[in-house]
Amino acid sequence: MQLVTVAGPPSAGKTSVLLRIAETLQKQDKLHLGVIKFDCLSTRDQELYQNKGILTRVGLSGNLCPDHFFISNVEDCLAWGINRELDMLITESAGLCNRCSPHIRGALAVCIIDNLSGIHTPQKIGPMLKFADVVIITKSDIVSQAEREVFAFKVRQANTGAVITHVNGITGQGALEASRLFREAATFDSLQGCSLRFTMPAATCSYCLGQTRIGVDFQMGNVKKMDLT
Amino acid sequence: MRVGQILKLYPYAEDFFSVLPVTPNPKVTVTEFLLGIEDEVLQDLGQGTEDLIKRFNEFMRQMEQVKKVVDPIRSITIIGGQDKCGNAEDVCLTIRAGEIICIVGPTGSGKSRLLADIEWLAQRDTPTGRNILVNDRIPDAEWRYSTQHKLVAQLSQNMNFVMDLTVSEFLQMHAESRMVQDIDTVISNVINHANRFAGEQFSTDTPVTSLSGGQSRALMIADTAYLSASPVVLIDEIENAGIDRQSALKLLVDKQKIVLMATHDPILALMGNRRLVINNGKISKILTTTDSERRNLTILEKLDQQLTNVRNALRYGESIDRLPETLIGLWGEKVI
Ligand SMILES: Nc1nc2c(ncn2[C@@H]2O[C@H](COP(=O)(O)OP(=O)(O)OP(=O)(O)O)[C@@H](O)[C@H]2O)c(=O)[nH]1
Ligand SMILES: Nc1ncnc2c1ncn2[C@@H]1O[C@H](COP(=O)(O)OP(=O)(O)OP(=O)(O)O)[C@@H](O)[C@H]1O
Ligand SMILES: [Mg+2]
Ligand SMILES: [Mg+2]
Ligand SMILES: [Zn+2]
Ligand SMILES: [Zn+2]
Repeated sequence: MQLVTVAGPPSAGKTSVLLRIAETLQKQDKLHLGVIKFDCLSTRDQELYQNKGILTRVGLSGNLCPDHFFISNVEDCLAWGINRELDMLITESAGLCNRCSPHIRGALAVCIIDNLSGIHTPQKIGPMLKFADVVIITKSDIVSQAEREVFAFKVRQANTGAVITHVNGITGQGALEASRLFREAATFDSLQGCSLRFTMPAATCSYCLGQTRIGVDFQMGNVKKMDLT
Repeated sequence: MRVGQILKLYPYAEDFFSVLPVTPNPKVTVTEFLLGIEDEVLQDLGQGTEDLIKRFNEFMRQMEQVKKVVDPIRSITIIGGQDKCGNAEDVCLTIRAGEIICIVGPTGSGKSRLLADIEWLAQRDTPTGRNILVNDRIPDAEWRYSTQHKLVAQLSQNMNFVMDLTVSEFLQMHAESRMVQDIDTVISNVINHANRFAGEQFSTDTPVTSLSGGQSRALMIADTAYLSASPVVLIDEIENAGIDRQSALKLLVDKQKIVLMATHDPILALMGNRRLVINNGKISKILTTTDSERRNLTILEKLDQQLTNVRNALRYGESIDRLPETLIGLWGEKVI
């Protein structure tokens, strides 16, 4: 089964674009698709995918970083997809901390990012963009040509190796073209021996474990102090 | 090379260093600087020194690519495929730099698909089965996803500026990303033209987000003409927001752009050299704008101007109890 990991900031247009790409993969390539959506608290994406005949599961990470949650579950997800005889499994996750990324070595890594997020965003969002194979830029229909060009340039600076392409999540312009890249995704029977493209931050301080009170007495584990001088 | 020298020769290298949590000393070499980054910082970055050196070299290589001038595009050829029912599309159409082509056809007929085929440099791999040639040749497959070879720039009614910058900062930024020489001249050209198209003048320190509709459109067109790398410009209806559309199109043509316009506004459509009629997914007719059509264009423009005057009268709180003779001449007797 082919595996594609898709990440991008909240509301960048991930679901809209994936629905459009799925449409061509289903129609032209006759692929049987599955999507697993990772989020923190709630999501209504499931319904949208299911309406298009895509087998869907949702993983809610609650008080964990969704990407940490993702990586602890991805093997089971893969097994689930193989079990259901899917041709391609796509995972959608919203990168919340900008420091984690779900991209796995060898699996097609896609980052979806929108033109409205500002030109400094490509440098800020870190590994989920920097280590992607494909960067899809959305919402190009509502900004000027100049802003599109500058934004794409900033993405190129942040990730010099990726294929950069534009897809309109509403009209589907560019989706057929982007779906050709999905067709190239590598196939997996299992994720044994695979690893993340990028280390997740060394977390686990007392706040990770549910502490809410403020003050040095309550800070334990991996604590880092700002330099305010 | 020392960091200071690199920054002087290649100012864009700043973008690489500025995202690192430590600032380099201009007197050390890049390798020395990267090797000297402390382990703790590297851990935060999640990268080793070697990765960083590799990324720096790749970054510089890519930026040099942007600077390279690509072979100018002289023509684009559309070789027909088939319509939605599978009937052959018997077309081999070559469009040359500096031409304006209009695309007309009912909704759902395939206008957007045609534009997308061009943008994607289709090679019988889209639903229409069309082939697109550039300069009479099959284009390099890698152009499809390369940012330098992005063939098509777009302008449409729904586009707005979203950046929080003034007009001059904005143009400066666009020019830098294109690495153009002589930025100041280019910027002043863009502003002069935009002001000429817009009627109402704006200054260089106006924030782009507070330009009027007409001013924004005028600036977008002038900017695309001078600063966009893309040789093809797609225009999806430009509204008549008081901008001089004829001069705006002329600038694009002067800059050797290929202008493709999807429009049902006769004034825009007749400004084109040719019109493609799309029906059921194929180009069913190619019309060349005739002399009598051009004469009619002049009349339509006059009428349009008169209607605009009426709208302006309304806008400035005047009464509309008198209409221009020509407008009355058309309908007056029948209505009264
Ligand atoms: N104008 C415009 N709007 C878009 C485009 N793509 C997506 N949108 C809109 O952006 C909003 C968010 O889109 P989603 O697809 O839900 O974004 P998402 O990244 O999946 O969001 P989460 O899963 O909640 O993180 C929706 O209102 C979409 O209609 C685009 O290309 N142009
Ligand atoms: N030759 C063709 N064969 C098969 N499908 C086609 C062909 N041409 C166009 N289509 C499909 O027809 C649909 C409608 O086409 P398109 O969106 O380009 O229409 P349009 O003229 O732009 O409509 P509108 O005026 O509403 O914007 C699209 O899904 C497109 O892929
Ligand atoms: Mg979503
Ligand atoms: Mg259309
Ligand atoms: Zn995280
Ligand atoms: Zn913590």
